[in-house]
Amino acid sequence: MKERSPSGLTSAEAARGRSGRREDGESATERSERSTLLRDNGVYAAIVVLLVYNFGFTENFATLANLNTQLVQVAPVLIVALGMALVIGTEGVDLSVGSVMAIAAAILPLYLGYGLVPAIGLALVAGLLCGAVNGTLVAVVGIQPIVATLALLVGGRGLALVLADGQLKDIRNQELLDLGAGKALGIPYVVLIAAVLAVLVFLLVRYTTFGRQLVAVGGNRSASALAGLPVRRVLMTTYLLSGVLAAIAGVVATARLTASDPSAIGNLFELSAITAVVVGGTPLSGGRVRILGTVAGALLMQLITATLIKHNLPDSTAQIVQAAIIVLAVYLQRSRSGGGS
Amino acid sequence: MKANPAANAAVLTATAIGKRFPGVVALSDVDLTLAAGEVHALVGENGAGKSTLIKVLTGVYTPDSGTLTYRDSVVSFARPSDAQQAGISTVYQEVNLVPLQSVASNLFLGREPRGRFGLIDFRAMNTAARELLDSYGLRVDVTRPLRTLGMGVQQMVAVARAAATSARVVILDEPTSSLEPREVDTLFGIIERLRADRVAVLYVSHRLDELYRICDRVTVLRDGRLVHSGPMADLPRLRLVAMMLGRDLEEVRREGATKFDGERTAEDTEPVLVATGLTSKHRLDGVDVTVRPGEIVGLGGLLGAGRSETAMAIAGALPLDSGAVTVGGKRLRTGSVAVAMRAGVVLLPEDRKADGILPDLSVRENIVLAALPRLSRAGVVSRRRQDAIVATFMKRLRIKASSQYQRVGDLSGGNQQKVLLARLLCMQPKVLLLDEPTRGIDVGAKAEVQSLVDELAAEGLGVVLISSEFDEVVEGADSIVVLREGRVVTELHGADVNEAALLDALAEAGERE
Repeated sequence: MKERSPSGLTSAEAARGRSGRREDGESATERSERSTLLRDNGVYAAIVVLLVYNFGFTENFATLANLNTQLVQVAPVLIVALGMALVIGTEGVDLSVGSVMAIAAAILPLYLGYGLVPAIGLALVAGLLCGAVNGTLVAVVGIQPIVATLALLVGGRGLALVLADGQLKDIRNQELLDLGAGKALGIPYVVLIAAVLAVLVFLLVRYTTFGRQLVAVGGNRSASALAGLPVRRVLMTTYLLSGVLAAIAGVVATARLTASDPSAIGNLFELSAITAVVVGGTPLSGGRVRILGTVAGALLMQLITATLIKHNLPDSTAQIVQAAIIVLAVYLQRSRSGGGS
Repeated sequence: MKANPAANAAVLTATAIGKRFPGVVALSDVDLTLAAGEVHALVGENGAGKSTLIKVLTGVYTPDSGTLTYRDSVVSFARPSDAQQAGISTVYQEVNLVPLQSVASNLFLGREPRGRFGLIDFRAMNTAARELLDSYGLRVDVTRPLRTLGMGVQQMVAVARAAATSARVVILDEPTSSLEPREVDTLFGIIERLRADRVAVLYVSHRLDELYRICDRVTVLRDGRLVHSGPMADLPRLRLVAMMLGRDLEEVRREGATKFDGERTAEDTEPVLVATGLTSKHRLDGVDVTVRPGEIVGLGGLLGAGRSETAMAIAGALPLDSGAVTVGGKRLRTGSVAVAMRAGVVLLPEDRKADGILPDLSVRENIVLAALPRLSRAGVVSRRRQDAIVATFMKRLRIKASSQYQRVGDLSGGNQQKVLLARLLCMQPKVLLLDEPTRGIDVGAKAEVQSLVDELAAEGLGVVLISSEFDEVVEGADSIVVLREGRVVTELHGADVNEAALLDALAEAGERE
């Protein structure tokens, strides 16, 4: 599985095309080529290395049960990260995703009495509304995304607690419990949902007008506006998608947990999602969205934690290693802007 | 009225200043002498080196060669604050004060009067601020945050601050660009006072009227070189404009008539574009432009005359207070790029890097950017139709790239410009607005772009052409609308489209009012 950049080139082709036009500064070019390769494919390489290591040296790793567990655990973060990748592609960020998850989780038990579909539907509508608030603040009012979404990060969690009366509620609805624990063809529903969403978002970025416009708006907003692109609509749609994906993640997390816990669900998910996106090679400066990279970024973080825990190293070690990976990923992106153009 | 500068001693002298940046010589062997009690005009077009010279005088840049003499001793300012401390104050075009602080705080920023315990004595500060502004005839509540005041007043506060810091030299960079006429009078009052206080004022502006009204001497720069320095009153307007633009006046007079290019006559056809009364505060004031199919209309004017703004207004990229744009007989809603584009009006922006290309995307993505909705069905972009468009235009415009997937940021300036033209042309426009289409591209690409524009006009497109290159406008355009301070001052048609007539129009534009 080889990811193509938005331009449709593989990184190796791009690097070759670039070096062909540069006569001066050979070593600098080579260096930047190397770091481009590392940036674009490093995350995949790291996954392969960790998998090989674990298959060889970790007990009880290469079992279907364990692999399923790992995938189920990563699914909510991954779903949130898909929306985050879109927002970051527009040179923005959505800090409210964790709180939106909590709001969705809080809404579920209130309406499960009317059936699963209405309850999930309302949870997703709540996600859309949150996205609309963010989108309005960013696209119409013109507030910086980090500040605009910070408001909902704080307020959203509070709203979720109000909706739930500040209480954890056990889920008794069998259908929702099945959604969290059931399988089709040996694959957990939760994993299937995440996979389908990843494919959809990938196609959205790659093949639709909206996806191409999103990348353009993130790459150069003023040029996009002068080219007649509906900049506000693109930004608004992006935040709506992020909101609804966060709500889906909230539903999935609730089903997995078999309880609606608005004070815990989605806590710090905004940071995990940003990490997955950045480690996956999507630059924070916008203009580029790497969905497969984001998937890989989420998987890599999960793998690192799993590997260390299975070797009886404390969670804190995993956090330190993750921090190192983040710094490395951002450093590799820096070297692009330095040596790239 | 004006002081006699000859009798005055030099306060600040720059001698043989040179400054290079990678690939560019920004200043070469430039001299400038500022005398106490004189108002000295510094003029030049884009890239003449005015900003660089100011930055050398104020310690932002260290010159590569040459010396600065300030009050009889050779100085070298390592930092802007050194120059400020020594008494050289600068008021930039964009007011650089603290918008949320009060007027008084801004006036005394960094030198607030202290009371007991070293705390700021606000009462003393406000009183002093009020007295200072009163003395300049400015009636402002000094306790209000600066931000709540108009741009003009902010500018005035900035000047007052500069003057109050016991400055010996005050540099004003385009101080009137956002002022109302009445405010300009107030500002000139302040400048008169500075002159009376024997402060040297360096006045940078493109507004010829103002220069002749307030300045004693003038220094003209072009392409980083000193072209002329002397008393303002001895320099006729026409010669000043000719020097700024780098045209030899005698030569222009002699050859002027032969430059006439009367091949296209489109007088009898219905206009494709009629823009009337385009007005946007501080930028445009009732501009009219009419373009017929196959006609190239040049926009003439000095820097800041409103040429780019006119093009942007027509393209929907500049919000208008009033005015109408009609394309092919249909009136458009102004202020929307998408609307203008759908009607067939497209703009090639002046700043290719900031407003044009998406450097990290491919040639292909850059070309189809605006046309995406047309190439899509149900929101999904058709690969085939995209291929067809990209292939057509890469071939037609001879875009040189390793492939259509190459990053646009890695192309040469000329090829980037062609990519942008392709983006516009695949929208099948009726009117093409070109703002500096050949700036910063190599000679070969320049000729290609020029002949392409001619070709497009011959095919029936209406073209509006803006260029700071004089001969490009004169040779390219069939008629020229001459602008000054956001207003149309004259139009040149047919045989009048020549360098001499355009120079005359630019120079005399101010005197007609």
